[in-house]
Amino acid sequence: MRTRDMSKRDMSKPDMGKPDMIAPLRVSSQSDSACSLAASRSQAPHTSMFLRMLVRAAVLRRGRATSALFAMVVAAAVATAMLNLFVDVQAKLQREFRNYGANIILVGRDGASLPVDALGHVESRLAGRGLVAPFAMIVARTRDGQPVVVAGADFARVRQLDRWWSVDTWPSSPQQALIGVRARSTVSPKNQPFDLTFHGHVIHLTPAGTVQTGAAEDSRVYLSLSDFVAWTGVQPSTIEVAANGSAEQVSAIMQQLAQALPAADVRPVRQIVEGEARVLGKTRATLLAAAVLIILTSALCVLSTLMGWVFDRRRDFAIMKALGASNRLLNGFFAAEAAALGAAGAIIGFVVGIGVAAWIGRANFHAPVVPRFSVLPIVVAVSIAVTLLSAILPISLLRRVQPAVILRGE
Amino acid sequence: MFVRLVYESFRRQKRRKLLAGAAITLGVTVATAMIAVATDIGDKINRELRTIGANLLITPQEDSLDVEIGGVNLKPPSDGAFLDEADLPKIKGTFWHNNITGFAPMLPVTVQVEQEGQQRDVTLLGTYFARPLSFGQEHFTTGVRSTHPWWRISGAWPDDNSRDVLVGEKLASLLGEKPGDELTLSGRQFHVSGILSTDAAEDDQIVAPLAIAQEILGKPGAVRRVYVSALTKPEDALARRDPKSLSGPIYDRWYCSPYPQSIAYQLQEAIPHSHAEQIRQVAQNEGAVLTRIEGLIFLITLAALFASALAVSAAMATAIFERRSEVGLMKALGASKLAIASVFFAEATLLALIGGLAGFAAGGLLARQIGRSIFDSQIGIQPVLLPVVLVVAVLVTFAGSAAAIRRAVQLDPVFALRGEL
Repeated sequence: MRTRDMSKRDMSKPDMGKPDMIAPLRVSSQSDSACSLAASRSQAPHTSMFLRMLVRAAVLRRGRATSALFAMVVAAAVATAMLNLFVDVQAKLQREFRNYGANIILVGRDGASLPVDALGHVESRLAGRGLVAPFAMIVARTRDGQPVVVAGADFARVRQLDRWWSVDTWPSSPQQALIGVRARSTVSPKNQPFDLTFHGHVIHLTPAGTVQTGAAEDSRVYLSLSDFVAWTGVQPSTIEVAANGSAEQVSAIMQQLAQALPAADVRPVRQIVEGEARVLGKTRATLLAAAVLIILTSALCVLSTLMGWVFDRRRDFAIMKALGASNRLLNGFFAAEAAALGAAGAIIGFVVGIGVAAWIGRANFHAPVVPRFSVLPIVVAVSIAVTLLSAILPISLLRRVQPAVILRGE
Repeated sequence: MFVRLVYESFRRQKRRKLLAGAAITLGVTVATAMIAVATDIGDKINRELRTIGANLLITPQEDSLDVEIGGVNLKPPSDGAFLDEADLPKIKGTFWHNNITGFAPMLPVTVQVEQEGQQRDVTLLGTYFARPLSFGQEHFTTGVRSTHPWWRISGAWPDDNSRDVLVGEKLASLLGEKPGDELTLSGRQFHVSGILSTDAAEDDQIVAPLAIAQEILGKPGAVRRVYVSALTKPEDALARRDPKSLSGPIYDRWYCSPYPQSIAYQLQEAIPHSHAEQIRQVAQNEGAVLTRIEGLIFLITLAALFASALAVSAAMATAIFERRSEVGLMKALGASKLAIASVFFAEATLLALIGGLAGFAAGGLLARQIGRSIFDSQIGIQPVLLPVVLVVAVLVTFAGSAAAIRRAVQLDPVFALRGEL
C-alpha cells in the first residue's frame, strides 16, 4: 500500500519543476498505468522497502543526485591527488637533489689511500641505494716542470654522479685525458699530446676533451682510474657517495660505512645535506598547507551541495513522518543514503585522483606518482563522515518542524 | 523597484545570503592565498637553496693554476694574481645587485703553528664574517655567515676588525685549542674566539678576518677569490648562448635576465681584471629543483582554483534553488524572464564583490601566515591582483548561478506557487 502511494506521488508530482525530470516520468506514465505498474511491482522479486526507497530517491531526482555525486567525486579526487602527491613528493624531490652529487664523502685518514677493497665494501653496504665514485689524486709535473693536480676517476661512474660536469668529449680509450679548462693552457694549450711525470714515472696522454665545473675540477687533469693506478701505483683516497633516501636513512648509511671502513673518515657534504633538508621541509609544509586548504574547500562544496539536496527533500521527509515513520528509521534512511553517496563518490574520486596525481607526476617530475592504496580508507572514511554530517544537519533542523507545516509548503 | 528588490532580498534573507557569501569568501580566500604563495614560492625556495652555498666564483683573470688537493693549496700563496679588496663593493653596483644575497672574499695564506715543540704549516683563510660595507647609498653586511650558512662554530664569531680567529675543529683538537685561548701563528699572537666545524677542508684550517691574512702575506688589499651567492633564474636555451654572438634586443634580454651566466658576466664587468664563473654543481642543479617545485605548486594552485570555483558555484546553485517560489511569484505578477534573471545576477554580482573583497583580505592574511610559519618571511600580495580576483569571483559566481537561474526562470509559476516543490 505504501509502495503504491509512493509511486502515485512520484507520477503525479512533476518533481521540483525541473523540465528535464518531467519528460521521462510522463513517458513512463503513458506506457504503464498506475495499476499495471503496481502489479508488475508486486510480481517483482521482493526487495526490501528500505533499499527500494534509497534507489528510487536517487533515480527519480537524477539531476540533483548527480550534482551531489559530482561534488563528492571532485572532492575525493582532489583529496586523493593531494595526499598521494604529499606522500610522494619527498621521494621525487630527493631524486632531484641527488643531481647535486655526493652527500657523503669517504677520505683516507691523514691523506692515506683507502684500502683496495674499500669500494667493494661501500657498494655492498649501499646495496643499490645510491651511486659511488672513487677518486685518486696526486701532483704531477708537466714537461717544463709546472705542477698540476692529476686525478684518477672512473668516468662511467662520474658521468652518473656528477651530472653538472660540462664535458665536451668523455675519454673512451686508455691513455686519454680529460683536461680542466683552466689546466688546459698549462698542459696542452694546442690540444696536442702531452707527458706528465710523477716520481720519475712518465705517462704519455692524448687530450680527449675539456671539463668545466667552475670549481677545483677546472684546474685538474683527469685520467681513467686504471691508467692512473698503473702509472702512479697510488690507490683511490676519496670515495664520493650519493646515497638515496631521507636524512635518517643517509645518516644510517654513514654509520654503516664508518663501521665497515675504520681506516676512512666518513663525513657528510654538509651544505648539500642541510640544503636538501631545508628545501624539502619547506616544500612539504607548503604542500600540506595547500592540501588542507583545498580539501577543506572541497569538503565545504560537498557540504553545501548535499545539504541543499537533503533540504530540498523535506517533503519526502514530511510524508514519511506523516505516514508514521519513526525518527530512527528516518535518520537511518537519510544516513544510509548519504553514506552510499559518500562511498560511491569516494571510490570514483579515488580512481580519478590517482589519475590526476599520476598526470602531475608525469608532467612535472617526468616520473609517475605511484598510487598509494593506503590513502583509500582515509578518503572513504572522511567522505562518508562529510556526507553524513551534511545529511544530519538539515535533518536535525527538519525534525523540529511539524510535517503538516512542511507539506503545506511553508 | 529593481534596486528595492535586490535590497530587500539582502535585508530579509540574511541567513541565506550569509551562507552564499561565506562560500564565496572562502573560495576567494583560498584562491588568493594560493596565488600569492605560487607567485612567491620561486623566490622563497631560491633563498632556501642559497643554504647550499655560493653559486658564482670570481677569480683573477690572469691567475696561475691552482694546485690544490683536499683543500690544501700547494702553490706558493704569493704566487699568481689577486683581486683588489677595494673593488668588492662594486658587486652591489651591478644590474642584478638586488639578487645578490651575499659574497665572501677568500685569501688563503700559509702560517706556521707550533705543535708539541715542532713548527707545522697550516692554511689560514682570510675572509669577511659579517662585514658592513656600502656602495653609494646602499649599506649592506656580507661575509661567510650569509654565503656559508652550514659553517657551525662553538664560541663566538670573530669581529671583522679584531685579531680574533676561528680554528677548524680537527686542527683545534690536534693543538688542544679552546675558545678563549691564545694562539701564536708565525710569531704573531691571536685570540681564538671559536672552534669551526664545516665537515670540509676548513676543519684543518684557521679562519681569520681578511686583514690578518693580508698582513701575513704582506699584500694589503689582496683577495684570491670571491664567492658570490645570487638568486638566479633557471637556465634555458638563451642563457647558454655566448653573449658576444647575440645582437641588440636579444643581448638586452640576456643581459637583463638573472641567469647565472649573465650575473657572472656583469660581475666580471664590475670588477677589473676578474673572471667570474658559475659553480656548476650549485647553479645548474638549483635551476632543476626550482623548476620542479614551482611546477608542482603551480599545478596545486590550479587545483585550488578549480576547487574554490566549484565550491562557489555549488553554493550559488543551492541558494538560488531555494528561492523557486519567489521566482514563481514574480512570474505570476508578470515579470519577464529577463527582469527575473537580472535581479538574480545583480544579487550574485553584489555577493561576489562583497565576498571577493573579504576573501581577498582574508587570503592576504592567510598567505602572510603561511609565509611566516613556513618560510619565516613575508609573502606579499600584489594589489594588482585585487581587480583580477574580483572579476574572476564575479565570473565564477555568474557561472555557478547561471544554470540554477535558467532553471528557476523556466519554471511554471503554477507549480511554484502551489507550494508543490
